[in-house]
Amino acid sequence: MKDSLYNYTLRLGDTSLILAQRLSEWTGHGPFLEEDLALTNIALDIFGRAKGLLEYAAKKEGKGRTEDDLAFFRSDREFFNLLITEQPNGDYAKTMIRQSIIDCFDLLFYTELAKSKDLTLAGIASKSVKEITYHKRHSFSWVVRFGNGTEESFSRLQKGLNEIWAYSGELFEMNEDDHNLIKEGIAVDLDSLKQKWELEIKELFEKANLVIPETLFMQQGSRKALHSEYLGYILAEMQSIPRMHPNAKW
Amino acid sequence: METINLEDLFEAKLAKNEMIEPKDWMPENYRKHLIRQISQHAHSEIVGMLPEGNWITRAPSLRAKLILLAKVQDEGGHGLYLYTAAESLGITREEMLDALLTGKAKYSSIFNYPTLSWADVGAIGWLVDGAAIMNQVMLQRSSYGPYSRAMVRICKEESFHQRQGYEIMTQLSFGTSEQKEMAQDALNRWWYPTLMMFGPPDVESPNSENAIKWRIKRETNDQLRQRFINQTAIQVEYLGLVAPDKNLKWNEKKQGYDYSDPDWNEFKSVIKGNGICNKDRLLSRNNSHKNGEWVREAAIAFGKKQEQESKAA
Repeated sequence: MKDSLYNYTLRLGDTSLILAQRLSEWTGHGPFLEEDLALTNIALDIFGRAKGLLEYAAKKEGKGRTEDDLAFFRSDREFFNLLITEQPNGDYAKTMIRQSIIDCFDLLFYTELAKSKDLTLAGIASKSVKEITYHKRHSFSWVVRFGNGTEESFSRLQKGLNEIWAYSGELFEMNEDDHNLIKEGIAVDLDSLKQKWELEIKELFEKANLVIPETLFMQQGSRKALHSEYLGYILAEMQSIPRMHPNAKW
Repeated sequence: METINLEDLFEAKLAKNEMIEPKDWMPENYRKHLIRQISQHAHSEIVGMLPEGNWITRAPSLRAKLILLAKVQDEGGHGLYLYTAAESLGITREEMLDALLTGKAKYSSIFNYPTLSWADVGAIGWLVDGAAIMNQVMLQRSSYGPYSRAMVRICKEESFHQRQGYEIMTQLSFGTSEQKEMAQDALNRWWYPTLMMFGPPDVESPNSENAIKWRIKRETNDQLRQRFINQTAIQVEYLGLVAPDKNLKWNEKKQGYDYSDPDWNEFKSVIKGNGICNKDRLLSRNNSHKNGEWVREAAIAFGKKQEQESKAA
């Protein structure tokens, strides 16, 4: 049980951390100033959530590690972030379609997690729900805008969806940790979210004139810490200073 | 005859320390001076996001990452208020951006220096933002209302930035020997470029005279530089670091520090475009703008369609 709670919290923390790391690559490079500020704000929220989750994971692990130890001193075969989060940002359409898929899931997920019997997770989740409500409004409105804007924006959006869709299946994958914690009233049963998610995403895609790629194949691996080649580079960059100065405090 | 009256009115306002507001009459040169100064200030905030942004993905702790990201976002926000303040003088954001992207407009030359280590993030907050605050505190009392009010807000955030920069420097200076070395190296590289931020010596400053007369600026470049050095020299000592200036010494008679002048030839050369990052900074701004073009077009096209639909309905 204790291990399951650690694994579960770590997975959520890693997913938030890597997504925020990707989003923060846009800071200073957004398509226009207001949007640069908005996306940076979203990255900040998600980093904040990552910090809270990893802090709690470290506590549950009980080996005296901190959230920074978890973020900066693990290798890619010890990271459990969803594969969708480590995919490159691509253009703004791809970033927004990826974000809409995640936001739609996260709002459903964290709304449920806010009812968890684990009060720390419930607390982090209820704070997150407020933030994700805004994130979802933001990404959904860009998807609709791109889908109905110009020919170019639509074709970029469809291309982004084609590239990212195969990573959406993993959102709903469960393992032993999920089942252990569902029994305890701690974790969210992801099966119960799937129908709602599909409904909302389909509705969004219809509004944006998008066609869901025909391929039914879905990528997997993150539950076993198996990743694409991208994660290695993300970690090499993110962890470089602490790894170079392992005894230093920052 | 009316012009004379308006000019008298303008002068009388200045004499009474009253603010000039966008709808008030103002001399053309005053307007031009302000547009130049405020837009350059806005550009500096936007270009200033880049050297620090360079370390967001490598910030060495989650807390440091959150603080740096929030800081860079603040800079963008400052750019936004300042562009808006400049717009109140009758120039558009597009015109200002165009001037920046084509290299016609200037921005603070300090951002043409590279950020080579994490300590540079500390040094920028401590020194560069510290120097900026000296200027901006004075500008809170600037005669142009929108500029003055933007400065009040900006100053509050900048003093937070300076504190976080100094906190990083403290952490490094009292950390491992490698960390201390990193801090000293950053101080060595940023000291003189920071002193240059106050502009050329008063005797050579072409824009200062009018700016003081119009109460846009209230202190000269040299006065501000001296005040900055007086404040910073004590902090250098506290950190156990050494400023890269053998002549930096307290002078009892003038109640201030003596110091060596920065290399003004280097200053001119970097302004001319010869700094190691001038081309990259401009290229980066241009790339973001170009890559964002289809996004902006899509937003406009969608907005128009929405408008038509609501009219039809």
